[in-house]
Amino acid sequence: MSRKLDIGTGLAKTYLAVVLAFLYLPILVMALLAFNRSPLYELPFQFDLVWFKALASNDRLLNAGRNSIVLALINTVVATALGTAAALAFSRYTFRGRRVMQLLLLPPITIPWLVIGTAMLVFFYWTFPLIGLKPRGLHAILLGHVALSLPYVIIVVGARLADFPKSVEEAAATLGATPWQTFWRVSAPIIAPGVVAAALFAFATSFDQFVISYFLAPPGVTTLPVEIYTSIRKGFTPEINAISTIIIVVSMSIMLITARFYKFGGER
Amino acid sequence: MSQVEIIGAQKHYGPVAALENVSLKFVDGEFFGLLGPGGSGKTTLLRSIAGFIELDSGQVLLDGEDIGPIPVHKRDIGMVFQNYALFPHMTVFDNVAFGLSVRKMPAGEIKRRVDEILGLVRLAGLQERKPKQLSGGQQQRVALARALVTNPKVLLLDEPLGALDKHLREEMQVELRRIQREVGITTIFVTHDQEEAMTLSDRIAIMNQGKIEQLGAPLEVYEHPANRFAAGFLGVANFLEGRVAAVSGHEARIDLGLGGQAIAPTGGYKPGDTALLAVRPEKITVAAGHGEQGVNRLTGTVVSAIFSGSSTTYRVQVGDQVIAVFQQNSAPHRFQPDDKVTLHWSPEHNVPVAP
Repeated sequence: MSRKLDIGTGLAKTYLAVVLAFLYLPILVMALLAFNRSPLYELPFQFDLVWFKALASNDRLLNAGRNSIVLALINTVVATALGTAAALAFSRYTFRGRRVMQLLLLPPITIPWLVIGTAMLVFFYWTFPLIGLKPRGLHAILLGHVALSLPYVIIVVGARLADFPKSVEEAAATLGATPWQTFWRVSAPIIAPGVVAAALFAFATSFDQFVISYFLAPPGVTTLPVEIYTSIRKGFTPEINAISTIIIVVSMSIMLITARFYKFGGER
Repeated sequence: MSQVEIIGAQKHYGPVAALENVSLKFVDGEFFGLLGPGGSGKTTLLRSIAGFIELDSGQVLLDGEDIGPIPVHKRDIGMVFQNYALFPHMTVFDNVAFGLSVRKMPAGEIKRRVDEILGLVRLAGLQERKPKQLSGGQQQRVALARALVTNPKVLLLDEPLGALDKHLREEMQVELRRIQREVGITTIFVTHDQEEAMTLSDRIAIMNQGKIEQLGAPLEVYEHPANRFAAGFLGVANFLEGRVAAVSGHEARIDLGLGGQAIAPTGGYKPGDTALLAVRPEKITVAAGHGEQGVNRLTGTVVSAIFSGSSTTYRVQVGDQVIAVFQQNSAPHRFQPDDKVTLHWSPEHNVPVAP
């Protein structure tokens, strides 16, 4: 290898290291301070779990956490089921306007959450009372999260279906499998990695969601991101660092698992 | 052993006719090739036998029974798809066992039959591989084994060798014939490759625009094409136009548009009829120099000479037409572009065809 190329490789490596440091340093510092005894973020660093202990007795945060987890779980089930069905419809049926409908999945991903949140708030304000529901509440937040997750689920599962030709299902039929047997023994196992990845996406989308939850939450009902925001405005303590650290660990685990499934899916 | 018969099959996609009143009877145990260009209806016909396409009208009979209302999974057919359509998440064994396992066959019996069929297609020992770990030819064999293991009544092949390279294709053609003969199953296959159709089939049907142009044994269709399309699609043909000057006995004397005359089998011609003759390039002999134009004899100039190992293809300008000639490379003389040549051929090689 030439010397010139070595320098190029070295530069690229350093550059990427700087980018990653930029991404991870603030998070690392924040996580470290969760384990520091001083309530005013004073150094020197003294290891203590006092903020995690305080967290355990912080009912507001715990309640918000429970809301967040329950919402994320329900959202995962609902959005994954609906989205997978939609992806199947897109890939297995041809009809007029299918391309347009597929393209229409993309804009909601690019529209700012703030705009979507406002639109939902206004829309629910008018429509929910008509069916006897309050315009805001956990049900409204759930609906918002599902709407937000759906395009991601459809796209992720759809990508999986795209490299799974219809003839594979047809082959199962010629071999004597009923449509039911074909789905469970052929289609489902083949798209499973895509569905799992989509479910993890849906969970993360809901769990990390702030703007829509904030708009659609009535007083007294909060999710974890909303509660953190509210507490920070009142002046923050390392308790926030502690809960944030927990969220980061959970989120990163989910993302790592997703990445694994994605790779696993792409290899086949 | 079983009979497949198509009666008056009709299928339109909007204004486009995919099948136009097609009737066909497949003989028990034969290897039948459906040959035609894209959009000729050959795939539509195959898929309607499989049950993926519902005919607008007409019937598909399997052993005399109209199977139109019967869904694909109850038809008892075997099918090999162009891309093989193997189940990517299953091993070779599970792929082949699938048809038996959905029939709830006991595990011991499944194992016995899968091992037997894998032996037949020469894949013994690869039971635990996944499809992606196999070569194209091996995947093809798995697809074939999977389709045959359930002892279907008929085997359908959709462009079965389309995805293989030339060398492997030729090898698999031999294999396909061997396996089909050993199993003795009625086999219908679709291809756009005329050479493959001729190599594999007992009989072929040449399809165009939803209709069958000609049906018969490959040799018969090749030597006696019925019309211009059949002559041009199966192999290469030169077409000579002319007018019938006289008919005597079994021979017609035809004045060719290019000059000179041709003597040909009558083909039902009467004096004064316009005639269209197909002449295969390998039937024509090239000789040096400009002799006289005469009966079955044309003079022209070599435009190109393409050497391809065992033979050479000459393109010869005769009047306003270019005539293709194949010459075996055992011939004493090789010609170059711009050489003046004389082409001649025997009367029986003039085949009168419908326009």
